[in-house]
Amino acid sequence: MDAALIPEGAKRCSFPKFMLGIAIVGAVLLWGVYAMLLCWFKGLNQTNMNDYYGFALWIWADLAVIAVGGGAFFTGLLKYIFKIDELKNIINFAVIIGFICYSSALLILAIDIGQPLRGWFIFWHANVHSMLTEVAFCLSCYFAVLTIEFIPNILENRQLNKVPFFHHLAHNMHGVMAIFAATGAFLSFFHQGSLGGVAGVMYGRPFAFREGLLIWPWSFFLFTWSAAAFGPCFTLLVTRITEAVTGKKLVKDNVIHLLAKISGWMIFTYMIAKIIDTWYWAYYTAPGLGFELSHFYTSNGFYGYWILVAEVIVCGVIPGLLLINKSTRENPTFRLIAIVLAVIGVCINRWVMVLQIMAVPVMPFDTWALYIPSWQEVATTILPVAYGIILIAVAYRYLPVFPQELELNRRSEVRES
Amino acid sequence: MIHDKKAHKYGMVIDLDKCTGCGTCTVSCMSENNVPFKEDESDKKDSITWMRVYRLTNNKPFPDTEVAFLPRPCQHCGGKGDHGHSPCVSVCPATATDYGYDTGIVSQIYTRCFGCRYCMAACPYHARYFNWWDPVWPEGMEKYLSPNVSPRMRGVVEKCSFCYHRYQLAREKAYASGSDEIPEADYQTACTTACPAGAIVFGDLNNPSHKVHQIVKPDPHPDPLNPDVVGKSRNPKVFRLLERLGTNPKVYYMSEREWVRKLGDHYLDGEWEKVKNVYGSASHE
Amino acid sequence: MFPFIFEWVWDIGHLLFFGGFWYAVGILGAGMTYCIAKAAWDTMNDSGESHH
Repeated sequence: MDAALIPEGAKRCSFPKFMLGIAIVGAVLLWGVYAMLLCWFKGLNQTNMNDYYGFALWIWADLAVIAVGGGAFFTGLLKYIFKIDELKNIINFAVIIGFICYSSALLILAIDIGQPLRGWFIFWHANVHSMLTEVAFCLSCYFAVLTIEFIPNILENRQLNKVPFFHHLAHNMHGVMAIFAATGAFLSFFHQGSLGGVAGVMYGRPFAFREGLLIWPWSFFLFTWSAAAFGPCFTLLVTRITEAVTGKKLVKDNVIHLLAKISGWMIFTYMIAKIIDTWYWAYYTAPGLGFELSHFYTSNGFYGYWILVAEVIVCGVIPGLLLINKSTRENPTFRLIAIVLAVIGVCINRWVMVLQIMAVPVMPFDTWALYIPSWQEVATTILPVAYGIILIAVAYRYLPVFPQELELNRRSEVRES
Repeated sequence: MIHDKKAHKYGMVIDLDKCTGCGTCTVSCMSENNVPFKEDESDKKDSITWMRVYRLTNNKPFPDTEVAFLPRPCQHCGGKGDHGHSPCVSVCPATATDYGYDTGIVSQIYTRCFGCRYCMAACPYHARYFNWWDPVWPEGMEKYLSPNVSPRMRGVVEKCSFCYHRYQLAREKAYASGSDEIPEADYQTACTTACPAGAIVFGDLNNPSHKVHQIVKPDPHPDPLNPDVVGKSRNPKVFRLLERLGTNPKVYYMSEREWVRKLGDHYLDGEWEKVKNVYGSASHE
Repeated sequence: MFPFIFEWVWDIGHLLFFGGFWYAVGILGAGMTYCIAKAAWDTMNDSGESHH
């Protein structure tokens, strides 16, 4: 039915089967849209947030998707600026994942603010000293970069590419993509960092506060570094899931190994910096303000030392080591374990830097505050996942996302036919 | 900005030994400032209480149990080094909260706030409140709202303003009478005037003739142990909440009881013993 | 965002922040303008050959 739209030579499932899958995920998406409309029309009383939890699940989701979406800017940087040419075979997909992550983040932010119609105030009345202002500006600009990076891939659709103007536009955009990628890397450095800065500058919250360099707390640099380190793992994970769902090998192993190796070294070096930062904070910064480390990890029903161990050791150092070691990196099972742990690790880090900050009591007579999100918050957080699945499915079906797909599957397709 | 000859620095000192925890300050604040309320106000994590009274205890078993009450308005922090970069002001992305260098008051511009709640996350005192619901008053009660204070809409943050409208009225009155000075009695917050125990003293911390200045005796120099801290009290019975963070609040507390003063901040083992007698009494002029 | 909005101050913070912002917007805008203009030019002068 839609054969004319499918990339030449590529094999796709039947249209009814495809639509059935889209319908199932679409139902979840509609559930999220319903929750989103409830929040917009009835207000944030639909959530379980409160005056202790002004930042909650949504802000975590924002930070997490932007961190894992960091694969797009880092892969782009490696491909276009450092000229690592093999990565051309995964860059399209990294860009699509980044596009999904960033559009999701913007959507969640639009739901999260109490007066969505005033959202533009953050640009118009910008306070340049606020980390959130930097986030808003760089995030929006970088989303524009991702859109620009995504457009040529869309224009390479079999039918669109027949239109001469689109064909030339895609070609020209490829030609100057290095400039866009460099701009994207510049913007990403600042917004990934300023997301870390959001927590790090809160000097009223000793769990969050970090010293730093000039106006930037150490968490600024750690967030940029971790997004570059863990982002590619998410790209690899989604690639692996897509391969499993489509039942096809889509990217050659040497490309996967290369990205996994770079990611591994980034994670490993990041973890060293993270451990030093945690140690300095635990032994100098927090005690200097009168806080023992145990204040942040005891006397409550959820946040124990386990979360620190899980983030730093289990989902940090271990995946780093697994990915820098050649034999474990090239073993599909160990590699999968490593990238899953790494993605969980960066999500725990973002959770800690949002939710645990809110949970820890600061005034000596205050108490721990724990919170469980409402279904509306959960549904609107799942909404971007459903949207992402649909966009990936549509992109995979109609666009030449994986340049090596035909080569890798030629033999099996010949066999099938 | 109004360029006064000399900037004011409005602040208060609350005598915790006088406070009975009656809550009159809270009620007067709510009615003065048109603070909306819900049918069920028992969950203090999502109800708006600009002036919240905390109950402190020395955690000792009977018969040594002691209790104190700590009213907590917005602390109107001067920020690190008292430069006006309050924890909340510096983070607000849309310049919806501002530090008044002429008064030391941290304002909230309701029509500018778009409800990101970063200021709430940054405030360690939980002095900032979000309007989770539309403000609704029982029928007829809206006629009793103060015309001097704008009610807030759903989706924005609000907080204690040190009854800023009273400052504006006092300033207008002073100008009308041809004076630059605002008399101490002309600008008093609702909670101060309502407190039946007279536990709250409000005034200009920069004005030596004001009672608040005389009680607090603020040190204008940075604390030599922590240069971020400015305006520390030279009265050994007076302290500020979480002073070590360097937020530099303009709300001071006073108590004869050592355990109450100790609850004002966090101390590592042995630290309190070292600072308890010098804290607040540093004499570097 | 713009010098005519009343919060604007000609200080180092605004110059650095908005300098970086308008620089990035400028590059993206100029880059896209170039691509679109060249694509239009190429289309008008199309010889029919494919670039890929």
